[in-house]
Amino acid sequence: MTFGLANLANAAGSTLAQAGFPEPMSTPALAHYLFLSAVLFVIGMVGFVTRRNLIIMFLCTELMFQAAGLALIAFSRFHLHHTGQTFVIFVLTIAAAEAALALALVVLLFRKKDSLSGEEWREMQG
Amino acid sequence: MTTLIHTIPSLVASLTGSLVQDGHADAGHAAEQVGHAVSHGIATPVEGPLWIALIPLLPIVGLLLATFAAIFKVKSKLPAFLTVGCLAGAFGVAVGAYQHLSGMAPGSTMVVTAFEWFDLSWGKGTGQNFHADFAFYIDTLTCLWMLFVTGLATLIALYASEYMSHDVGTGYCRFFAAFNLFVFSMACLVMGENLLVLFLGWEGVGLCSYLLIGYFYKKPAAVDAAKKAFIMNRIGDFGLLMGIFLTFVKFGTISYPELWPLVQPYIEAVKAGHVGDVPLTVSLIPILFMIGAFGKSAQLPLYVWLPDAMEGPTPVSALIHAATMVTAGVYLIARTYPLFLVSEYALPIVGWVGAITALLAATIGMAQFDIKRIMAYSTVSQLGYMFCGLAVLSSAGAAYHVFTHAFFKATLFLCCGAVMHGFGGQLDLRKLSGVAFMKGWGIVGIAMLVGCLNLAGFPFTAGFFSKDMIIAESFVTAGPGYGLIGWILLLTAGLTAYYTFRVFFRVFVGPKSYEPGDEAHDHDDDHAHGEEHNHDAGEHGDHHADHFHPHAPGLAINLVLGILALASIVAAGAYFIDTDHHGWVGKMVHESSANYTGSAAFLDAAGHGADAHGHDAGDAEHAAHGSFLGMDPHKVMYYVSGVVGFIGIGAAFYLHYLGRKTAATSKADTLLPLLGPIPRWAQHKWYVDEFYNAVIVLPLRVLAHVFHAIDRLLVDGLVNLAGVLPRLVGARIRPWQNGVMHGYAVGMVGGLALLIAAVVLLSM
Repeated sequence: MTFGLANLANAAGSTLAQAGFPEPMSTPALAHYLFLSAVLFVIGMVGFVTRRNLIIMFLCTELMFQAAGLALIAFSRFHLHHTGQTFVIFVLTIAAAEAALALALVVLLFRKKDSLSGEEWREMQG
Repeated sequence: MTTLIHTIPSLVASLTGSLVQDGHADAGHAAEQVGHAVSHGIATPVEGPLWIALIPLLPIVGLLLATFAAIFKVKSKLPAFLTVGCLAGAFGVAVGAYQHLSGMAPGSTMVVTAFEWFDLSWGKGTGQNFHADFAFYIDTLTCLWMLFVTGLATLIALYASEYMSHDVGTGYCRFFAAFNLFVFSMACLVMGENLLVLFLGWEGVGLCSYLLIGYFYKKPAAVDAAKKAFIMNRIGDFGLLMGIFLTFVKFGTISYPELWPLVQPYIEAVKAGHVGDVPLTVSLIPILFMIGAFGKSAQLPLYVWLPDAMEGPTPVSALIHAATMVTAGVYLIARTYPLFLVSEYALPIVGWVGAITALLAATIGMAQFDIKRIMAYSTVSQLGYMFCGLAVLSSAGAAYHVFTHAFFKATLFLCCGAVMHGFGGQLDLRKLSGVAFMKGWGIVGIAMLVGCLNLAGFPFTAGFFSKDMIIAESFVTAGPGYGLIGWILLLTAGLTAYYTFRVFFRVFVGPKSYEPGDEAHDHDDDHAHGEEHNHDAGEHGDHHADHFHPHAPGLAINLVLGILALASIVAAGAYFIDTDHHGWVGKMVHESSANYTGSAAFLDAAGHGADAHGHDAGDAEHAAHGSFLGMDPHKVMYYVSGVVGFIGIGAAFYLHYLGRKTAATSKADTLLPLLGPIPRWAQHKWYVDEFYNAVIVLPLRVLAHVFHAIDRLLVDGLVNLAGVLPRLVGARIRPWQNGVMHGYAVGMVGGLALLIAAVVLLSM
């Protein structure tokens, strides 16, 4: 339904603009947003894999969250439907809660090994 | 004589025409029996009284009693006397059965069914069912066998009660248990109504032979001998089993009363001269049976177990390996004689194998020093005679020889046993002399003399008559080289007389001298002391150290020896009852399935036998046809074999008695170097055992090693590989789980990348 709506919107773009709706986004513009989202995601992924510091690793996961959120918003704007944006609000909330949880875990881990390095934890091997 | 033999079938046919009954026939005969010519002079069996089943049953009772004696650790000679009682009872029942049978018309048979054993069918067609009852088939042949088997078993059990007395409390009960089991198996073999019960008995006697030869299981030689006997028997059993299978496949039945009518058409064909009409499947059956007979009765090439079987106790040697088990092969052929008569090559092969074995064993026996071994080879040789008898269509002669041989060979073995028992296990004839003149050994000496005379075929002994029948007939019947067989048997008779009296003249007469054997022990001595005795004896010659005294036989042994010697003499008398049919035994044989009714026409194309119509012209042809140096064999053979026997005895007398001063040497030793290496070869049994070892045992052992290697490397290797492979794979994969978080993270990322790639590619 949203696709049909987008086509109609494009066709009647000017009409909508006269009625106060925002102008529909063009596909190349969407590509730019998605590209940014992808870049952010990859940076987050690489950072997660590469970095040793637990907090930085967590920061990278947050970055990945943000990338996903950006993509959702871009699509929401593209389809002129509020679903994506609503979802992002939920995701941000959950990310926040998860951040609290993760940092609590990091604190506990730090207390065990007196180090923030992920490489200290190797017991579960074999 | 020929005419009389030939009139028997017609006589019996007329008599038994009344016995042929329609309808109720317990072995399920077809209606073809009615009206059709009665097969081979054998009547349709009648239902016999059930008490005949006591003959195999009483030994089982004895077995159970001996087993209980073992369980309750009886320390007396009780199991022996219980065994003697049970076997005497079985003998009594056998006598009763014979009386019952002789009350019927000649040629009649009885079937006693104990229970139905197999009744299988796997289809609706004619050849698709198998029926076998555990039943007994009593005819005169059966009675003959059962009488001497049970009689001898009783006497030998009595002998063994004293002979085995050293083992009271340890192996005594085991001995008598196996003894009883043996008699049961022999009864099944002989009395079986079908080939399956015969096979049960056949295997049973083989098993008991193994158990009894290996009675002294702590002695490695005995254990090896037991295994050898059993394994060689098994080879023969394979042939027998194949024969039974072929019989079933061809005739659809393995039960004798049903089988004879089915074989009858082939007999008729052979009588009419068309030997080629008999199909291969039928003429192959007796060839397979004879392989079994050769195994059980120790003929070439399966005879080497019998001399080794002398490791068993002497009563075992006497009963099993002289009188009963080894005659099972002869019985098999006699019982299935109709099948042998229709096969062109079966009887000639039997005859030639028998003749060659007889000669071979006699030559080996001449060079042995162990008296039991000499007797063992003598048994092999005499069994060869019996097989020849069957081959030359003198089944009466063969059976009579079985009968007489059982008695005199048992006597001989038991005398050797008494000597062994009394002299501490000494059996070497170079170490014993003059035993018969020692105090208390008189009866043993006389019994031994009687036995030796019989074995040598001294005129008017039982052995003389029985051997004679066979040799005479071999000159009469025409078959491939049968005249030569006759000469071989005659030569062997001379050799037999020689080696028999070699034993007698060396061991039983002459200057008194002895050395105890390895088992010499007074009851408070230990074995080390006994060995000193041997050294002493070696130095002192015939004075002996005071410690060892020969142990003269007691009442039981003397009694049994006396009875057996007497029986051997009386058995000669059986020749003169009913001289029409070569004596009482001949009569028994002729009224049974072992009757020769002239149907082996292939054995003589012209004359003797093809005339089933029985006319006197046959006699004239007969005399001219088979002749011995131009004379009628039947008349002349008495004198010829008598002369041959005298020559043998004379040679033994000259070489082993005259001028012999010590036990160890005799004139024969001076002559031996003249013969070169031959005596040594004969003493080493012509290296037959070594030959078998090289040709059969060694390759099998190599093969066993090869298989062992294959088993270890290939089979075990495959199984181990199945274990090693996961381990190898695991060893490669395990390092991935090293607990390093970043590694896991990389794995996740990698997996994600692969998924995305897959999705993108697939959607294109």
